[in-house]
Amino acid sequence: MDLYAGRRVRNKIYMTLSLAAAVIGLGWLVLILGALLWNGFAGLSLAVFTESTPPPPGNGGGLANAIVGSLIMTGIAVVIGTPIGILAGTYMAEYGRHTTLTTVVRFINDILLSAPSIVIGLFIYELFVATMGHFSAIAGAAALAVIVIPVVVRTTEDMLLLVPNQLREASSALGAPRWLVIRKVAYRAARAGMTTGVLLAIARISGETAPLLFTSLNNQFWSTNLNAPMASLPATIFSFALSPYEGWQQLAWSGALLITFAVLSLSIAARILTSRSGS
Amino acid sequence: MTEQLVAETADTTAAQPSIGSTVNRVTNRREKVSIRNMRFYYGEHEALKTVNLPLYENTVTAFIGPSGCGKSTLLRVLNRIYELYPNQRAEGEVLLDGKNILDPRQDLNLLRAQIGMVFQKPTPFPMTIFDNVAFGIKLYEKLPKSELEDRVVSALKRAGLWSEVKDKLNASGLSLSGGQQQRLCIARGVAVKPEVILLDEPCSALDPISTGKIEELIGELKSEYTIIIVTHNMQQAARVSEFTTFMYLGSVIEFDTTEKVFTNPSQQKTQDYITGRFG
Repeated sequence: MDLYAGRRVRNKIYMTLSLAAAVIGLGWLVLILGALLWNGFAGLSLAVFTESTPPPPGNGGGLANAIVGSLIMTGIAVVIGTPIGILAGTYMAEYGRHTTLTTVVRFINDILLSAPSIVIGLFIYELFVATMGHFSAIAGAAALAVIVIPVVVRTTEDMLLLVPNQLREASSALGAPRWLVIRKVAYRAARAGMTTGVLLAIARISGETAPLLFTSLNNQFWSTNLNAPMASLPATIFSFALSPYEGWQQLAWSGALLITFAVLSLSIAARILTSRSGS
Repeated sequence: MTEQLVAETADTTAAQPSIGSTVNRVTNRREKVSIRNMRFYYGEHEALKTVNLPLYENTVTAFIGPSGCGKSTLLRVLNRIYELYPNQRAEGEVLLDGKNILDPRQDLNLLRAQIGMVFQKPTPFPMTIFDNVAFGIKLYEKLPKSELEDRVVSALKRAGLWSEVKDKLNASGLSLSGGQQQRLCIARGVAVKPEVILLDEPCSALDPISTGKIEELIGELKSEYTIIIVTHNMQQAARVSEFTTFMYLGSVIEFDTTEKVFTNPSQQKTQDYITGRFG
């Protein structure tokens, strides 16, 4: 009986400790979101979406150029990174599952997946900015694409590996060539997971600041020129939040709120897609 | 053509002492597939040891034997589906209408369009019921929409599934019950008009009623196709097949008419297995 009583007490202690840890972890997140909502909402207005960033001392104006810049660079990065990532993942899971190349690529891809994004920024700086002689939106997009590729490679490979081999056998047994088996059957079975991978990659790069600092820099003015520096939300938040002007700081809060909600909705969309793929 | 095939049959019989003498008395069927001195390897492991076997047109041949005896392996040689995996290879000859399909120059996809296969677990593709059946047809024939519909409908009727799915052709193939899914797979197989149908334990995942339906279907299909069925269930082999092959440890121990194998086998091993002394 004593033994059992002791266990009951220890059970209570560990439950309390786990609960406390969970509350602390979640508590900070709630505080961050709360501060974001509190400070960000105050500055939200139509002007945030329609006007460009204001000159110092930063009264009025909006984030239109930064929002559009982020959308353009993220868009280009996804357009470049997704096909490369999906094709590479397809090779690894379908064509070259047992080859040395796949093992090597998977290893390097895992390193790339956790590479500090500032290193990727510097790499693109050397490759694009240094050779072209100036910062540009296309360099920013390239840096983001380098971040997209490993994420998409990984999820594509993982999702295709989950497709049961019986499906491949069944479609091959009908006389379907490999590429059709992949395109019509394997991709279809793995569609939800692969889409989730792309969504998560977008979520990941939409908040990246470091790779943009050396590549697209920032731009105070409205610009859609891919060959020139371009504004982006993270870079704008970075410089405005550190500025002494209250107007700029307010815009930084609003920008942070926008990014957070964009990432949040992407993650929720990814969640819904994943849970639906089970049915 | 016939004379040549008769000669080949005689030849095979001579090379294979375990092939029963009753076969030639009972059958005047043409030999659709002839397996000649065929050996199969998983890497270095010899899984099938010099198999010689005739498979007659418009009949059902059952492969029986204890687990791991190589009956599924032998079936998977007949459409070379094993080639989806590295390190699996077959040596010797498998003649389909006198032509060696193990020839490296044999086009695998065309071969598999000629030899249909149904697997142990139902493998509906993640698409609609209609598209599941149309998938194979569209691989090798470009048909106008109405003709394609006719083919799908007649395949579903052939597989005894039409009355159950006619109102929901656009529902997902995955929404059907296990037995229906398996008949969908059979419909998909017959839709491409193969000459030989391979059934790999098609009823092992099904309830008795679905099993009954599939066995009935096998009886109907043999008038048009050469059917080979791997089964664990000896009663099933006795019910549906004209010829039975008993395999043990990678060798064909006995091949004869089903009646002979089940009532008066010539090999002691066969007798032991049939009477349930092992396996």
